[in-house]
Formats: sequence, C-alpha cells, structure tokens
Amino acid sequence: MAVVFKKPSTLTDAPLHYCPGCTHGIIHRLVAEAIEELGIDGKTVGVASVGCSVMCYDYFTCDMVQAPHGRAQAVATGIKRARPEDVVFTYQGDGDLAAIGTAETVHAATRGENITVIFVNNAIYGMTGGQMAPTSLPNQVTQTTPYGRDVNTAGYPVRICEMLSTLDGVALAQRVTVDNVKNVNIAKKAIKKAFQNQIEGKGYSIVEVLSTCPTNWGMSPVEALDWLEKNMVPYYPLGVYKDGTKGDRLK
Amino acid sequence: MARIIVDEKVCKGCSMCIHACPKKIIALAKDRLNAKGYHPAELTDEAACVGCAACATMCPDSAITVER
Repeated sequence: MAVVFKKPSTLTDAPLHYCPGCTHGIIHRLVAEAIEELGIDGKTVGVASVGCSVMCYDYFTCDMVQAPHGRAQAVATGIKRARPEDVVFTYQGDGDLAAIGTAETVHAATRGENITVIFVNNAIYGMTGGQMAPTSLPNQVTQTTPYGRDVNTAGYPVRICEMLSTLDGVALAQRVTVDNVKNVNIAKKAIKKAFQNQIEGKGYSIVEVLSTCPTNWGMSPVEALDWLEKNMVPYYPLGVYKDGTKGDRLK
Repeated sequence: MARIIVDEKVCKGCSMCIHACPKKIIALAKDRLNAKGYHPAELTDEAACVGCAACATMCPDSAITVER
C-alpha cells in the first residue's frame, strides 16, 4: 500500500494547541500544503497575528515573525519590500485583521502590496474568551452580547472580501470555508492561488476562510460545522470577489 | 485495500473524521485514553475502508495518514 495522504513536511511535529475540532488546524495544513507543493519552503516568511493563531510560528517550518496586534500586514509589507525575492504571507484572525488591524489591512490592500493574506473568520474573539467581534452575526450570543448582537447599538458585521474587492491594489479576494471535504478542497485551491499570485507579482491576494470556534460558540465540533453552514455562509457568501492583477480595472 | 493510521498522541477526539467518513467505519476508542485525556479515533472495519481520505482532509490535527 502506498501513502496517499499524510501530514505535510512543512508543518513541524509540535502538537497544535487549538481546542478539539478547531478548524485553524485544517487551515494551517492547507497553507503548509500550498508551501510544500509550490516548493517555496526555503524562501517563505510568515507573519503571525495576535489571537488564537499567535503561536502559529511554532507550527510552520518556514521563517515566522509575530507582529503586534493588527499590524501583521504592515510587518509583511516591510519584509516583502526589503526582501522582494521572498514569499511573504500573513495569517490573521477576524479580531486582528477586521478590528484593530482594519487600517493596516485596507491600506496594504490599496497599496497593492505583493503579499498573501490568510484571513480566518470565526465571528468571535476566540483567545480572550468569546467576546463579540466586528464579524459576529446579528443576534449572535457572545460573552459581551448575552442577549445577542443588537445591530442598533453594536452595528453590523464587516464583510472584508466585498470591501477590499473595490480596491484597485487587490489581485485576489476570495471567501471559502472548511466545513466539509468539498469546501476544504476549494479552500486549498484558493490558498495555493493566493501564493501563486504573489510569485507572479500580481499584487495583494486575500483568502477569507470561514472557520469554527466550537468552544466559544458553545457547541460540539460537528455541531459547529453545521452552525457555520447554516448561519455564517448566508451572511458571508462564498465565492470569488476579485480575480485579476492589481490595477487591471484602470487599463 | 486501504487503511488509516491515527496518530493517537495528537488526536483530540473531536469526531470530525467520524462525521466525514462516508463508510461510517471510524469511532472513538472508548476503551482507552491518550496522554491528553481524549479517546482517540480508530478504524473499526479495515476491510470496508476505501482510502478516500475524507477523514484526513477534515482532521484539524493532521493526525491521520491514509494508505491505499
């Protein structure tokens, strides 16, 4: 018998610290598989965010930097401009990218920085114990919205891919999820394309991955996959919002 | 002829492989616990496994190796 599926060589042997059933692990593997398949392990630099993924520098075999909260894309900009031959990616959650890091995100995108952004959206602050995030759904119960998110006081969730797709610096803006095998395979292709775009110099590529947080949503991992499909996907439609090269709408 | 090998040290018993398996031949081993205190997943019927790797695709801890 031949091995047809195994842990990619671009992940370290360190066991992941994530809660049981957290889909961060699947997304880590997809990023590692993209790095392995493109043969860029020796020249890839990752930038970790603040949040549950803060320790992802322990899990990837490539070089990693851990940025201050929200500033991963500013750090990635510096690395990429200093070392343009390297492949630079950020791995950020919604509490990082879509909250405290919104300014860095929008401006890295509009500058058309040639970097790859992996955005993990689980609609909650995971590491700090389940507070409302900008991406929490209307009426979603969290630690800080015990009666559900009231849009009259807390506003509406931010749809990052739709927002960034209006910017001319963006090459790829795509939303995927990992709630079943088919969607994991679509997510893998999107992540690989986001790295390929950078190698080809096309500009800023962001892949938003809808993810689960079974612990803070208060569900089993399998129930969380179902909740994601029934509640998050209708609010955050999956699909490609921009696919081209930076500046192509101006030509 | 196919089988899966579960790395029981890193399995957290999340059951996402059990949910993903089209043949329904993965279960948590209720007779043992790993060092983390979880019941690890195990293949219950090796003859029925087709090696589709759906379990490994959904495993967040990359604990499953598939042979075919």
